[in-house]
Amino acid sequence: MPKVSMTVNGNAVTAEADARTLLVQYLRESLRLTGTHVGCDTSQCGACVVHVDGKAIKSCTMFAWQAEGANVQTIEGLAKDGKLHPMQEAFRENHGLQCGFCTPGMIMTAVDLVHRKGNNLDEKTIREELEGNICRCTGYHNIVKSIAAGAKAMA
Amino acid sequence: MSATGIGAAVRRKEDFRFITGKGQYTDDINRPGQTYIHFVRSPHAHAKIRKIDSAEASKMPGVVAVLTGKDLANDKIGNLICGWAITSKDGTPMKMSAHPAIAADKANHVGDAVAVVIAETLGQAKDAGENVKVDYEVLPAVADPAKAQAKGAPLIHDIAPNNTIYNWHLGDQKATEAAFASAKHVTKLDIVNNRLVPNAMEPRAALADYDAGNDALTLWNTSQNPHVARLVIAAFVGMAPEHKLRVIAPDVGGGFGSKIFIYPEEVVCLWASRKVNRPVKWNSDRSEAFLTDAHGRDHVTHAEMAFDADGKITGLRAKTIANLGAYMSTFSSSVPTYLYATLLSGQYGIPAIYCEVDAVYTNTVPVDAYRGAGRPEATFVVERLVEVGAREMGVDPADLRKKNFVKAFPHATPVIMTYDAGDYAASLKKAQEIADIKGFGKRKRDSARNGKLRGMGYSTYIEACGIAPSQAVGSLGAGVGLWESAEVRVNPTGSVEVLTGSHSHGQGHETTFAQLVSERLGIPIENISIVHGDTDKVQFGMGTYGSRSGAVGMSAIVKALDKVEAKAKKVAAFMLEAAETDIEFKDGKFTVAGTDKSAAFGDVALNAYIAHKFTGAELEPGLKEGAFYDPTNFTFPAGCHICEVEIDPETGITEVVGWTAVDDFGVVINPMIVEGQVHGGIAQGVGQALYEGTVYDKDGQLVTGSYMDYAMPRADYLPSFKVDTTVTKCPSNPLGMKGCGEAGAIAAPAAVINAITDALGTEDIAMPATPAAVWRAIQKHPTRHAAE
Repeated sequence: MPKVSMTVNGNAVTAEADARTLLVQYLRESLRLTGTHVGCDTSQCGACVVHVDGKAIKSCTMFAWQAEGANVQTIEGLAKDGKLHPMQEAFRENHGLQCGFCTPGMIMTAVDLVHRKGNNLDEKTIREELEGNICRCTGYHNIVKSIAAGAKAMA
Repeated sequence: MSATGIGAAVRRKEDFRFITGKGQYTDDINRPGQTYIHFVRSPHAHAKIRKIDSAEASKMPGVVAVLTGKDLANDKIGNLICGWAITSKDGTPMKMSAHPAIAADKANHVGDAVAVVIAETLGQAKDAGENVKVDYEVLPAVADPAKAQAKGAPLIHDIAPNNTIYNWHLGDQKATEAAFASAKHVTKLDIVNNRLVPNAMEPRAALADYDAGNDALTLWNTSQNPHVARLVIAAFVGMAPEHKLRVIAPDVGGGFGSKIFIYPEEVVCLWASRKVNRPVKWNSDRSEAFLTDAHGRDHVTHAEMAFDADGKITGLRAKTIANLGAYMSTFSSSVPTYLYATLLSGQYGIPAIYCEVDAVYTNTVPVDAYRGAGRPEATFVVERLVEVGAREMGVDPADLRKKNFVKAFPHATPVIMTYDAGDYAASLKKAQEIADIKGFGKRKRDSARNGKLRGMGYSTYIEACGIAPSQAVGSLGAGVGLWESAEVRVNPTGSVEVLTGSHSHGQGHETTFAQLVSERLGIPIENISIVHGDTDKVQFGMGTYGSRSGAVGMSAIVKALDKVEAKAKKVAAFMLEAAETDIEFKDGKFTVAGTDKSAAFGDVALNAYIAHKFTGAELEPGLKEGAFYDPTNFTFPAGCHICEVEIDPETGITEVVGWTAVDDFGVVINPMIVEGQVHGGIAQGVGQALYEGTVYDKDGQLVTGSYMDYAMPRADYLPSFKVDTTVTKCPSNPLGMKGCGEAGAIAAPAAVINAITDALGTEDIAMPATPAAVWRAIQKHPTRHAAE
């Protein structure tokens, strides 16, 4: 089987992956980074969002080989030196999660949103930008609050 | 109130692992040497299985085995069952069909499993699945519950003529007829309560591991109630004796009812693991979830409400056809009966109620409990009738409600339930204030100036939660008792583990249960662990659904804590050389009354284990107590939700512009978590009212089988919510709790539709009120809203 190499959360990694292996399968099954989740099979739910070369992507829409040589960041790589990322803190502080399954994708999307749109995000912008992330537990109310607070804390 | 005790908005203990990607969901668990299973599913809604040819598939790379329903039957693996017996009005039992985990002779819905492939990788299993050749004889199918009983409709199970599972009724028919005969006004409605797909974000999964050395099986699965799964799989399916089967439900990513049930896939994984003598893993695709997770609702109802000249409700009658799908799922029979008709009195004093329910088979995915289960359907019937009744009689809908509210408790309804406590007018009043109903007229005029239609709708709902007591549910047909258990283990160092039969899949039990223990024992919340979801660790439990974890699960913990405190007092008495009756316990300290002699909780725990201060004859060492708790009644959360919508008549798009919820959940342990539960419930209820429509075509194909077609509520479809509470204590459990999990989903659909119909001036709209449906209603009744 061909080998695919990339940098994941700052570590150089190499693992076997056939041509149809999705990036999310590579992360979950080859690297055992199970924080990235799979919630659908039509690229709608956003539970699998990771950052590839600094941009949020749904890792179920990309083959592992397409990320050859890329710099990938997953939810496991967000906290640095044992300190939570401000967006992670904001989700905990504002009760932005219940079952936790959509949470890694929500947080990765939120961090990318702040990178693109800045630290002062209004409710309408946050809600529109979450079009690609589905949560069934929270009704989004506290996710929106979390992201607004996390965006400010990232400044 | 302490910072971590009852009533405090403690941040959740479980969150750290979830926000760092360290949760352990079933699909995150792997076993050495595991294989992967792929289910070959029927593409037809109704088809005889003539022949299955697996020769080619068996020879494909990596394939370990291809198994069929015949293999399952040969190994004498039993059928899945429905555990709640319903009796028809003629005294005959419900017509429960056989439900094999893999269909052997006939597939009865699209997605019914007909074979499985087990292979070294998932890709190999799926590839081989493509080459399992199934020769089907396609039969006519029926998907619409209203057509299932028609003459000439395709018969799904021989045991059930006319596809009818039961004709059930509740209430006093004669008294109800009399009430209608003397009514001053009668309001009539035809209602379709739309079928929903639960869609917990974590798809169902199962990992089975057979231990040949001990002839024992372990199952990791996405369950809301692992002990019940073990009981059913052991006792009814006959997979293994109960003590040789361990079921572990680790982190579970949402349930909403859909993970209560015992499904074919976990049974097949267990069986296959023993057969191939290797671990077998299954993880549902979302498309597979649409075709196999039990769906919710799907009622067709005609309902009428009778009023006297003063606007007092004198009677209610309803005739409902409930679609249970192709097979009877685990608790399906109870949902359109005892969880539905028993709530038709709503918050109102109604002297006479009569309800008839026909449950039918169709060639669709089985239907069972989904968030609220029967109570949203009942609330929709009652709250639409009251609202429409008020409009027809030209009275204010809130005033009509107030006039009919139950005001004295306990209140026995004509449909079994006895409401124990509540103050419905208080919730309504508070909600009206928060929603600023006085300003509605101005807001409506402002909307009109912008070419928009504005409407406001109420829903004053009631639900029965806590799903218990055992004796009561047993008399209504439940096959199990509905108590809960707890064990409190105090360690020698004074830290505490609580083992609970409740199961958390988003509700935050690791925090709220610890708050209770922290308050009672006066120890830091960090020193408390909540253990759940493993049949080898937890004594027994009935699991989490129907908002029972607080009212029933925590009550069991209270009982165990009472015993721990009593035992610890004995230990402290020996330590402090005082009489046991003189020992007082407060804020984590045991004190001899009237003295300054005291011992900290941790010291008492240590002394309980080192046992140096007393002899074995005087006191048993250790500090660990268990309890089973069976409540005395259901609990009755109730409240008032007010929805405000703005509709664009050009596009039919409805925007929810305001939401106020004032709920009475009794005593609240953690207001932050309770608010979160309300938010999520409202979102699911708004989803039902506006977006989520499950569509089967006439051949039984699921048209809405993915997130491309099934409209899950997104963040930009919803507003922020105003959520508040009123409190009347529940007298039926020691903490005075009622439960909050379903409230939003129960209240919301009627509030939305009442608001939309208020805006449009016509009652002629069904759920989901999509832009197309609203636009059509406007075209059909153009003058109504224009007259505003």
